[in-house]
Amino acid sequence: MNRLVPGWLNPPRLDLPLLAALLLIMGAGLVVLYSASGEDWGMVVRQGIRLGVGLAVLLAISVMPPIILRRWTPWAYGAGLALVAATWVFGEGQGADRWLDFGFLRFQPSEIMKLAVPMMVAAWLHARELPPAPRDFLVCAAILVVPALFIARQPDLGTALLVGISGCFTLFLAGLRWRVIAGLAVAGVAALPALWMVMKEYQRDRVRTFLNPESDPLGDGWNIIQSKIAVGSGGFSGKGWLNGTQSRLEFIPERHTDFILAVASEEFGLVGVLILFALYLFVVGRGLYIASVARDTWSRLVVGSLSMTLFVYVMVNGGMVSGVLPVVGVPLPLISYGGTSAVTLLAGFGIMMSVWGNRRFIR
Amino acid sequence: MRRSPLQSRAQRVLKNDLEEQRLFRRRAWIGFIGIVVLVALLASRYAWLQLWEHDDFSTASESNRVQVRPVPPNRGMIYDRRGRVLATNRPAFRLEVIPEKSGDLEDTLARLAEVVTLTDEDLERFEQTRRRYRDFHSVPLRLDLDEGEVSRFAVNRHRFEGVAVVPYLSRYYPYGDLLTHVLGYVGRVDERDLARVDTDNYRGTTHIGKLGVERAYEDELHGRRGLERVETNARGRTLRVLEREEPLDGSDVILSIDVDVQRAAWEALGDRAGSVVAIDPRDGAVIAMVSKPSFDPNLFVNGIRQAEYQGILDQPRRPLVNRSLNGGYEPGSTLKPFVGIAGLEAGVVTPDTQVFSNGRYYLPNYDRPYRDWKDGGHGMVDITRALEESVNSYFYQLAYDLGIDRMHDTLSRFGFGAATGIDLPGESAGLLPSRDWKRGRYSEPWYPGETVIAGIGQGFNVTTPLQLANAQAALVNGGRVFEPRVAYAIKGPEDPSARRVEAPLRREIGLSSPEYWDVVHRGMWRVVNGSRGTARDVALEAGYVIAGKTGTAQVFTQDQSRDYDQEELAEELRNHALFIAYAPYEAPTISIAVVVDHGGAGSTVAAPIARATLDAWLGQESRLGQLR
Repeated sequence: MNRLVPGWLNPPRLDLPLLAALLLIMGAGLVVLYSASGEDWGMVVRQGIRLGVGLAVLLAISVMPPIILRRWTPWAYGAGLALVAATWVFGEGQGADRWLDFGFLRFQPSEIMKLAVPMMVAAWLHARELPPAPRDFLVCAAILVVPALFIARQPDLGTALLVGISGCFTLFLAGLRWRVIAGLAVAGVAALPALWMVMKEYQRDRVRTFLNPESDPLGDGWNIIQSKIAVGSGGFSGKGWLNGTQSRLEFIPERHTDFILAVASEEFGLVGVLILFALYLFVVGRGLYIASVARDTWSRLVVGSLSMTLFVYVMVNGGMVSGVLPVVGVPLPLISYGGTSAVTLLAGFGIMMSVWGNRRFIR
Repeated sequence: MRRSPLQSRAQRVLKNDLEEQRLFRRRAWIGFIGIVVLVALLASRYAWLQLWEHDDFSTASESNRVQVRPVPPNRGMIYDRRGRVLATNRPAFRLEVIPEKSGDLEDTLARLAEVVTLTDEDLERFEQTRRRYRDFHSVPLRLDLDEGEVSRFAVNRHRFEGVAVVPYLSRYYPYGDLLTHVLGYVGRVDERDLARVDTDNYRGTTHIGKLGVERAYEDELHGRRGLERVETNARGRTLRVLEREEPLDGSDVILSIDVDVQRAAWEALGDRAGSVVAIDPRDGAVIAMVSKPSFDPNLFVNGIRQAEYQGILDQPRRPLVNRSLNGGYEPGSTLKPFVGIAGLEAGVVTPDTQVFSNGRYYLPNYDRPYRDWKDGGHGMVDITRALEESVNSYFYQLAYDLGIDRMHDTLSRFGFGAATGIDLPGESAGLLPSRDWKRGRYSEPWYPGETVIAGIGQGFNVTTPLQLANAQAALVNGGRVFEPRVAYAIKGPEDPSARRVEAPLRREIGLSSPEYWDVVHRGMWRVVNGSRGTARDVALEAGYVIAGKTGTAQVFTQDQSRDYDQEELAEELRNHALFIAYAPYEAPTISIAVVVDHGGAGSTVAAPIARATLDAWLGQESRLGQLR
């Protein structure tokens, strides 16, 4: 057991460009949040504290060498899976049973899986010849499908999607054969009707509303319509900070959480949106670069898939806000108000920093 | 040392790390390029919304932000001819609900019922109104909350999202039941009302005239709604007013009714059911119009409770019926002056024609007697004496000689058998029988005996008190038949002075000799002032000269409802007492018709009521009661 508790830690060796980009995004997020919350300093401070906690977690993880993180992976995965199963039994939440309440702490165990699944897939593949053999592929598929199903049953489609996709990215980066990927894609399309069958009624409604928001402009379509109005009325340069009427007059629902990008688009216009996308793209690219200079297979695969997953967040959230994707509860990374998601993300970046610190060709 | 399964296997595999890294870099590049492409697509989606569709969304955002709200005008007031307020607007509070904001509506309503009184009618009307508006509009639920309800709600308001107490002006009729049948009342706007008004102008209006002056002068009283452009948040709360187009308040309507005269007639009627209508013969202006029993119009303004309404409906004397406009009475002898004019004009009698009354009148070849009211008859009478003593035989003969056609012709020129055209809704036409009418109605020919009894106002004749008063006005003003008006003037909010409402002149009855008017007037003078006049007591110490005519209407075509117990049945069968009168005799300023349901003889019951009313109009205290 002594190997699980290392006697030594890395000195923190942070990738400054990546850190700078993250801080810029978080700073921008707090600025937008101030407006979205109706100039509520309390909310901004609370979110600032959460981000601070997240940064502390980032720092803590960055000092652990990747090899330690890899050894912890099966335990983290097992514990996460158990907790996800526990929410099924003991969970509570708004309609969907996502939360575990420990009295002093309410916490969403599915968040752990966002990290644990790619780590576990990578850990399995780490010890094997790549590209993965069919047998390894099946094992990895099981590693990612089981928790994703549990989470989908909570029901939390957004998180299940992110968890599943992060595992898929790991497999993709590990060099899964193109013909397997093509086969999976075909199977996925074929499985859509089955997915429809297992969806809850409210989830189906979301999809229906997404396909035709005008069918219920005051009900479920309201979010999409108001969000699009906010984005579109922002124009090229926006209405200006604190001047977004859609947001200030509370027409945008969930404007400080899932729809905060609508507020940003309304007040800062296309310019603001492009800058933000560019920052995210930089983070993704930087992550992939870090992965490519990583010292071992596990580090490469985990960092690569976490980077690509960040892009999925942005894509799903941005698509939802602009009305090209259905409303799924995926926050805008590091900007949406709320603690768990930000802490998980920053923990992921902590792994990247750790990998960066132990990269190849270092002195 | 124990090994984890992951590790033990790893040692068995030979890994080509360099090759793996190349594979990874290839995949990472492919992935990154894919990501860049997709982010570019997403960005172009934003560019599309924010550049190409920007104008549309700007408009949408602006119309989100800015709501145009109707501002209802204040309803005009109603005054009597001396400026006393008959209908006004009183500050009140109503409860409004925004369905969209109130969550589970049914639950909210159930909880509200614990704080304020909510009847089934309230809920039903709320449902009805709610369907006309979108869910984010505020819909009135209860009107006219009392103080207790307002304060109870204030304490509990945190429990009711989307529910608010809103101040408004509620219609109030200070004179209560005294003027109900003139003023009518306002009530909540319903679907039927909306069908007859400009709905745009009524956005935001809750009340509309349902009856009487309130209904007839709805357009004037209502005014024109204004508009307000307000900035609202998504919950519909107004944050600030951006622009305001003021409403044009409704016009005030000044009635020719004199409340003093109205009240005098009202009090003189006492507990009896009946009607008093007084018209100024000079211009067709209505001075008083009483119908008893009546009801309190204030009950109807904010929605009457079903039980209260049923109570009014169940009263045997039917307070909802406006006897002045819709009471169908046989005119009886009050028709004689008009029949007299018809006879004189047709030349079947002259002012000097004498007829012998022996108490019984027979048509040639018939042995059915037509009686005088006095046994043994009145002897030789001319037309003035025939009016003074109400001699039936004289008018039997006159009518027989005149024939129904000519009688119908002249009487219809006085307005009998047709609505007078008063400025109140729902007036009845009464019935003036004719050969054609009878053929159409009964497919029977006209019989001479019917002409005879028509001559004394019996048979098929049905008149309303309003028709009698208006016909008498024409009788004493030289034959000018007005369409009477209760409205005297209208004053718009921006008018410097009130506009007079003139009663239109419908026709002038020209007689071949103006002397005929005088002859009939003299007869009516003798009714009140002659030694044998049927109403000779009524003018005692009047201080002005009254002329008139008594009448009695037989109750044989009483109304349908026959469910009275025996005691009431007796009263039901009593005759209606009628009296028409005008004063001052030389230059009449008032023409009055009094009908007392089941009052018996016109002279004893109806005439004193007329006297009290005339006194009030002519500025005299009635001393009749003291003298008796």
